Order: sequence, then C-alpha cells, then structure tokens
Amino acid sequence: MTAMRGISSMTLLALLSHWRRNPLQLVTFMTGLALATALWSGVQAINAEARASYQAAAATLGEGQFDQIVARDGNTITLQDFVGLRRAGWQVSPVVEGELHGVRLVGVDPLTSPGGLPDLPLGSSAPLQEFLGDGVLFGTAETLAHLQDAGLAGHVVLQRAPSVAPGMALGDIGLIQTLLDRDDLDRLRVSADQPLRRPALSSIAPHLRVQETIQRSDLGQMTDSFHLNLTAFGLLSFAVGLFIVHGAIGLTFEQRRGTLRTLRALGVPLRRLTVLVAIEMLCLSILGALLGIVLGYVVAAALLPDVAATLRGLYGASMSGTLSLRPEWWLSGFAIAIVGTTVATADKLWQVAHMPLLASAHPRAWSMKVGQGATLRSLFAVALFLGALVLMRVGDGLLTGFAIQGALLLGAALALPAVLSVVAKALQGSAHGVVSHWFWADTRQQLPGLSLALMALLLAVSANIGVATMVSSFRLTFIDFLDQRLASELYVALETDDQSAAVEASLLAHAGEVLPLLSADTQANGIRVELDGVRVGPTYRENWQFLGQSDTAWSDVADGKALIVNEQFARRADIWVGDPVTLRGADPLPIGAVVADYGNPRGQVVVSEALFFALFPDAVALRFGVRTDAPDVLIDRVGQDTGLSRSAFTDQAEIKAFSLRVFERTFTVTAALNILTLGVAGFAMLMSLLTLADMRVPQLAPVWAAGLTRRTLGRLELLRALALAVLVFLLALPLGLALAWVLLAIINVEAFGWRLPMFLFPGQYLQLGLLAVMAGALAALWPALRLARMAPGTLLKVFANDR
Amino acid sequence: MLLALNSVAKAFSDETGTVAVLRDVSCSLDAGETLALTGESGSGKSTLLHIAAGLDLPDSGTVMLDADTLSAQTDAGRAALRRGKIGFVFQQFNLIPSLTVRANVEFQARLARKLDPDHIAHLVAELKLEPHQHKYPEALSGGQQQRVAIARALAARPRLLLADEPTGNLDENTAGNVLNAMLSLVNDTGAALMVVTHSATIAARMERRLHLSGGALT
Repeated sequence: MTAMRGISSMTLLALLSHWRRNPLQLVTFMTGLALATALWSGVQAINAEARASYQAAAATLGEGQFDQIVARDGNTITLQDFVGLRRAGWQVSPVVEGELHGVRLVGVDPLTSPGGLPDLPLGSSAPLQEFLGDGVLFGTAETLAHLQDAGLAGHVVLQRAPSVAPGMALGDIGLIQTLLDRDDLDRLRVSADQPLRRPALSSIAPHLRVQETIQRSDLGQMTDSFHLNLTAFGLLSFAVGLFIVHGAIGLTFEQRRGTLRTLRALGVPLRRLTVLVAIEMLCLSILGALLGIVLGYVVAAALLPDVAATLRGLYGASMSGTLSLRPEWWLSGFAIAIVGTTVATADKLWQVAHMPLLASAHPRAWSMKVGQGATLRSLFAVALFLGALVLMRVGDGLLTGFAIQGALLLGAALALPAVLSVVAKALQGSAHGVVSHWFWADTRQQLPGLSLALMALLLAVSANIGVATMVSSFRLTFIDFLDQRLASELYVALETDDQSAAVEASLLAHAGEVLPLLSADTQANGIRVELDGVRVGPTYRENWQFLGQSDTAWSDVADGKALIVNEQFARRADIWVGDPVTLRGADPLPIGAVVADYGNPRGQVVVSEALFFALFPDAVALRFGVRTDAPDVLIDRVGQDTGLSRSAFTDQAEIKAFSLRVFERTFTVTAALNILTLGVAGFAMLMSLLTLADMRVPQLAPVWAAGLTRRTLGRLELLRALALAVLVFLLALPLGLALAWVLLAIINVEAFGWRLPMFLFPGQYLQLGLLAVMAGALAALWPALRLARMAPGTLLKVFANDR
Repeated sequence: MLLALNSVAKAFSDETGTVAVLRDVSCSLDAGETLALTGESGSGKSTLLHIAAGLDLPDSGTVMLDADTLSAQTDAGRAALRRGKIGFVFQQFNLIPSLTVRANVEFQARLARKLDPDHIAHLVAELKLEPHQHKYPEALSGGQQQRVAIARALAARPRLLLADEPTGNLDENTAGNVLNAMLSLVNDTGAALMVVTHSATIAARMERRLHLSGGALT
C-alpha cells in the first residue's frame, strides 16, 4: 500500500515537473481556461443578477401579476378616487411610489393588497403589526446602508429584507406618504377576484383607466430571450476559450509521450497512470476555474451597468446595478470549466490508456497528428451544414435558431483547416519565387498546429460580422421606422379631456394636418391588443411602409372596410393581409396591411378614427401629431387660443434623438462581448504561435542555413499570420452573413415577434477585417521578433550531431 | 586559397561556467581540395565547421572565403555568402519537410538565383533520386534523405561544400554509396570539401586530414 502511494506521488511529481519545465504551456492552459470560464461565468453572473432583480420586483410589488388602475393623464390618483372605487365594490389596493435620497420608496396597504403581505422577514406571530409597526422600512442591506448614510435612520426603523428589489425600500403606505410628504396615490392594484356586479370604471372615475398586465407578463418572456442571447454569447466565448485549452492539452500530452512511456517502462501501472493524469488535469482545471470566476466577476461588474440600461431601454425591466456572488453562477463556472477540461482531455486520456509501451515518443508528431482525420472532420462539417439547411426548412422555435447557428459555426470551424490547406496549395502552385513557394508550403505545414487558434478566430470574427450586421440592420430599419412613424413635426400631449376639443380646433386652424392619436385596450381575435384610431390622410398614406398590403389598403381603412395590424399581432395570430380580424364588439374586417412595429412587444390594430369612435364613443384624443412648417409660430398661436403651455408640445427631433439614444445603449453589451471574444481568439493565436515556435526551429534552421536571414524569417512569420488572418476573415465573411440571416430571419422573429430586413455594411466588415488582421499581427509579433532575434546558437543546436 | 581560418577562438558559456571550444585554430583549404576534420566528441569539430560556414561567429580570429572576410560580414552578408558559395550537408539531413524532394534540391539554387535545370537533372540522376522527386522527405529512408541533402548542397554549384558527419546516421553500405556519390559530384563541380567525421574510412578517402583535440589542431 505504502509502496503504491510512493509510486503515485513520484509519478505525480514526474508529471507535474513538465509544467515547471514548460511554464508557457502552463500559462496557456490556465489563461485559456480562465478566459473561457470568465466569459461564461460573467454572462451567467449578469443573468443571475437580472433574474434575481425581476423576482424581487415581482415579489415586492406583485408586478406582472395584477392589472393596475392609473390616471389617464399620467397624474396621480386621489384618496377620494380610491375610496369611491372601494365603496363601489372594486377590489383595489393603493400604491404610492417616490424617490428619496436616490432610493425608490414604495408604499403598499397590507390590508387590501391582493397578494397579501409581501415576502418579508416578519415574525410569524404578528406579521401585520410588525409591518405596520413604528415606521419600518424594508430593503436590501445596500439600500438600507444608503438610507442610513442619508440620515434617515433616526426617523424610521430600517430592517433588512433580501427579497426586496435592489435600490428599493418597501413600507406601509402611510409611512411612505409621510416620508414623501404626499397625500395622493400613484396607482391602484386590481385584485383578480372582483365581485360579479360592479359599476364600470368610467362611471365612477372616468379620468382613470385600467392598465392590463399583458405588457408586464410579456416581460419575463421577452427578457428570457435577451438572456438566452447572452447565454449563447457566453457559450460561444467559452467554446473559443476551450480551443485554447484543447490546444494546450494536446501539445502537453504529445510532449509527454516519452515521459509517460518511461513511467510505464519503470513500472507504473497503466490504470494508475491514467488516473493520476486525470487527477492532475482535474486539479489544474479547478485552479483555472477559480481564476476564471474571479475574472468573470470583473467582466460582469464592468458590463452590468450597460446590461441594466439595455433591459430598461428594451423592456422597461429594472435590475440591480451591483453584483452579488450568487452560487448559481460561480458553481456553473466551476462546472463548465471542469466539463470543458474533461472534454478536451478525454481523447488524450484514452490515448494514454491505449498507448503501446513502445510507441513513438516523437514530440513533433503532435502537429502532424492534429492534421490527421482531416477528411473525417470535413465530412462532419458537410453533415453539419446539411443539418443546418434541413433545420432551416423544417424547424421552428428559438432553440432551432440557435441549433442552426451552432451547426453553421461548428461546421465552418471543422471545415476551416481543409479549406485553408486547399487555398495555400493553390497559392503555392501559383507562386513564382522560391521563397514564396516555400512560404505557402510551410504555411500548409503549420496549419495543423495553428488550426485550433484559427478556428477560434473564425468563430470570433464571424460572430462579430453576424452581430454587427444584425445591429446595423436593426439601426437602419429603426431610423427608417422612426421617420415613418414620427412624420409629424410636432406632438401635443394634453392633460385633461376637456382641453381636447378646443386644442384640436385651434390646431386645425393653424396647422397643415392634425392627426389625433387615439388608443384603447381591446381584444382582436381573442388576443389582447392596443387599438389605435387614425385620421387617414396624406401623412399616413405617404409615410407608412407595409410588410404586406392590399392595393386599396388606406382607402379601405378610411372607409372602415379594413384594418391594419402590426407584425407582432399578425405573427402571434398567424394571419396576414386579407385574413379577417374580429375586434371586440365589431364585425370581422379584413386586414388591409401589415405594418412593422419595431420595439413594441404588444399586438396592435389600427382602424380609422370613425371606426374607433364607433367602438369607443367616450374616447377622447389626448395626443395629436401636427404637420406644420413653422412649429414655433404654431405653438405660440395655439397657446394664445387655448392657453396651452409650451411644455405640452414635443419636437419630433427630440423624440427621435431619445429613441436612438435608447437604441444605442441596447447593444453595448453585445458589442463588448464581441470584442472580448475577438480578444480571446487573438490570445489563442498568440499561444499557438508561441508553443509552435520551439517546434519551428528545426524546420527553419535549414532555411536559415541555406541563406535566409533570421530577420527575413521573422518577417515571413509575421506575414504568414497576417495572410492567415486575412484568409480567415474572407471565410468568416460569408459565415457571418449567414449567422446574421439566422439572427434576423429566425431568432429575432422567434424572440421578439418581428422580422428585420437585412442590409450589408462593407465599411464595418472592412473595419472588422482590420481588427482581425491586427489581432493576428499582434499575436505573431512576439514570436516573429523572437525568431528575428534568435541566437544563431539556438538554430545551430538543430545541426548538433548528438541532439 | 579558398578558405582560410586565422587564429580562430570560440568559447561557450552556460550556468556551469565558460568552456573554450576552439583555441587559436588556423587552417586553410584550396579550391577543389578535400579535407577530413577528425576528433573526439566535444572537440569542437562541428563548431569549427559552423564558423567556416558563417553559421556562427568566432570570438576572435578571422575567416576568409575567397576575398571576403566572412567573420566581418553582417548577418545578411553572411547569409548571401552561404546562399551563393557554400553548401552544407548535415548529419540529420535537415530537409525542409514542407517541400517535395525536387523542391528541396532546387531550394538553395533558386535562393542564389543559380538554378540550372540540367545540373539539377544531373544531380538527381547521379544520386538516384528520380523515382522520389515528387515525394516528401518523410516518405524517404535515411540514405535517400541524405542523398537529397547532398543534391541540395551542390545544386547552386558552391565553391565550398561542408559536411558534418554526413554518413553518421547511415548503415555501412548506404554510407559508402552516399560518400562515393558526394566525392564524385564534388569532383565534377570542382568544389572544395571539408568533412567532419569520426570514421577513419571516410578520413582516408580525403586528400588531407586534420585532427582537432582540446580545441586545437594537431
């Protein structure tokens, strides 16, 4: 037993001595694994934080669970309104909100709250008294510390409640009203259980309206697709990092073949040797994972503000701006690092377990070995491409979209070495000079050793091209869409119904065209939608572009014979131009046109103003679009006529600028992840070149001896990296465009409900190409300099007789 | 005189200290002459050969090739002299694995812009390499690889051929054939030959013999 333990420890020491003698390989292995784990766990940390924020918000506010009553004019609700509704039988509960010292204070009434008391750490004996107690505010430790610093501790009792959303403090409504110095309410939550007979809201409080929970309930689904996107990016980054790990492990095993053979020859049992190698790899993967998790925390902390902005901008979802060390993400980081290392090690362990005792221990066999099975890999790549094609034809759903992307990426990565080899062979054949002939021949020989790094570069560049195309197509479409939708030069928003008629009359007297913007919630084909009423005129006819339309779409809509639906609704209800749509309380009408409606998760139906009033006779237009050549004059004249203040008017340019600002931040995270992925690919190339550098010496020494200077050889090494980066970029271009198509035509439709047209952006691709070439050049610079400055003695060792 | 080494000295340093490999070595070689350099392992034979080829520089002393002071040239200058005037045959062959046999043979001649297809054809025929011209080095036996190395070294019609244990990796029979081919071609091209060897048989086939011991010629 002791003897076996001695064998194990001695064997382990012998195995570990390899890393001491090859520190660069150790650095490559650890850095590759750490980077891969970092990007994965960073993304998971962001997702975990966002989900925790949603849950906390839902738990504390009941958001997404209940309809809410809000004021039509966006103002607050009086206590009298609340009392009136309760007396009429409406089961509603008041909520007051406001900001104090940068913290969102939320006051609820525990006695009427539809969801009961929020999930708070209250004593089980008398939770209600505890909540109502002597001015208790509940919040996370971070929020409470902030309030304490602001000097609130003397006035209220601050109690920790981890379930409360970050940046929010919850308390009894009376306390919050006191703190905010208010006596009104912001909204009323409507319980799902209501008496069967109750008067209509319009008869009790006509200035209030019910905001249905549909938009909120979509939030989970919409943000899920965003997080799925992030996860896909994390996985891609991890795959890129794993290429580095696989390369480092492959090299390590090949270089240690001799050691392993000797260990076995000296009497280490094969099974024990295999187990010890597995233990060694496990220990290293744990170390790499630890490093990666620390790095992932840094990545996540850096990206979190942008993610929070994206989620707010796209979906109106709030999330914490600070990061917690949640076990779900760091455990997933550990798991994926260990699984990744196991995957990368599995075939090597199999080789160790099956290696004949007298197998060749030639270290340079490694690079050639990688090249073996090229035909098999190419066939597998073709199978993956065919699989992607089949999925495009028969599959649907978000996961299918990601599966197609995965198949395309993996297929392209596997096909890359074969394609590059063919290209290099063709260039070798057409080369005139002996040096260029050797250059391409030598490049072909290097491909097996570099292929993993080049695959990583291909994945990174094509992902960049795909996402850049998607984002820029989205941007172009969005700007065009804003131009269509925001054609009016001015927008007017009124506060009360009684202003409407006078303002409209004044606008009609002074403006070119006045467009009342009417909207109400209703159902169409049994689906909740927003119904918009429009005054059909030249502005709509000239500016709105449709995805599909009948020849007489606008005329039919104007005559009340047809309606327009947005793409989201059309896709959700699986209908298109000509299909009938039944609005609640109306006869079916055919769809005259389908309009793109980017950024809106809700279904929308557009009808004529007349039809809208027929369905909602009490509706009042509180918003107007106004066509005018002289906005300032118009604002003054309407102000003189009706007393309407300047603040009621909004310039079209302001709205466009705001919308674009929201848009620009939306994709900041994606861009950051893309650049990080490209950086990891550049690192993979650097490490491959550095590890290959030593093996290159015997190949380069005869060329040097034949009369090429070290400087020339160094320049050629740099040139080779540049040439390969250019070739990879040229191959990444069609792949990236295919990925963009999948993103726009499949994933986007599944995730968001609208399809975007695809545009090409050669300027951006050129920039990305330059970035890829720069990554290749930077990666090759150090190895090339090392070669150019290599001592002749190092090259001469190749010729030493007793080497 | 084609090659002249005057008072050449070379020492190597490592963590254990400095070792003088060559001490005040002087020797010369005329055009068309053949010379064997013998000595024990570690006596400095290969170092002397590397210095003669301009692959390495002496710590002191000079190396003249024709009228050029090889040891005073820049890296680029020495590379140019190697391309045009020197052929080198290594014990380990050191063929370029990414090129075919034919491309390996032509490689140095093309570099020196002295490619003569007839001469290449002659070398290939003399060294019995015709059937292997389109193969890659990995597909050849040791003897065949060394014949390719000799063809490559002579393809640019060098004035000086340096060979470091050219048959050290070959069996006796193959070694004899390779040596015969090399001497025959050296004779044809008029090159001078300096061979580093342990073999008394090979040394006996050279016109002149020098023995290196303890870093000095005896």
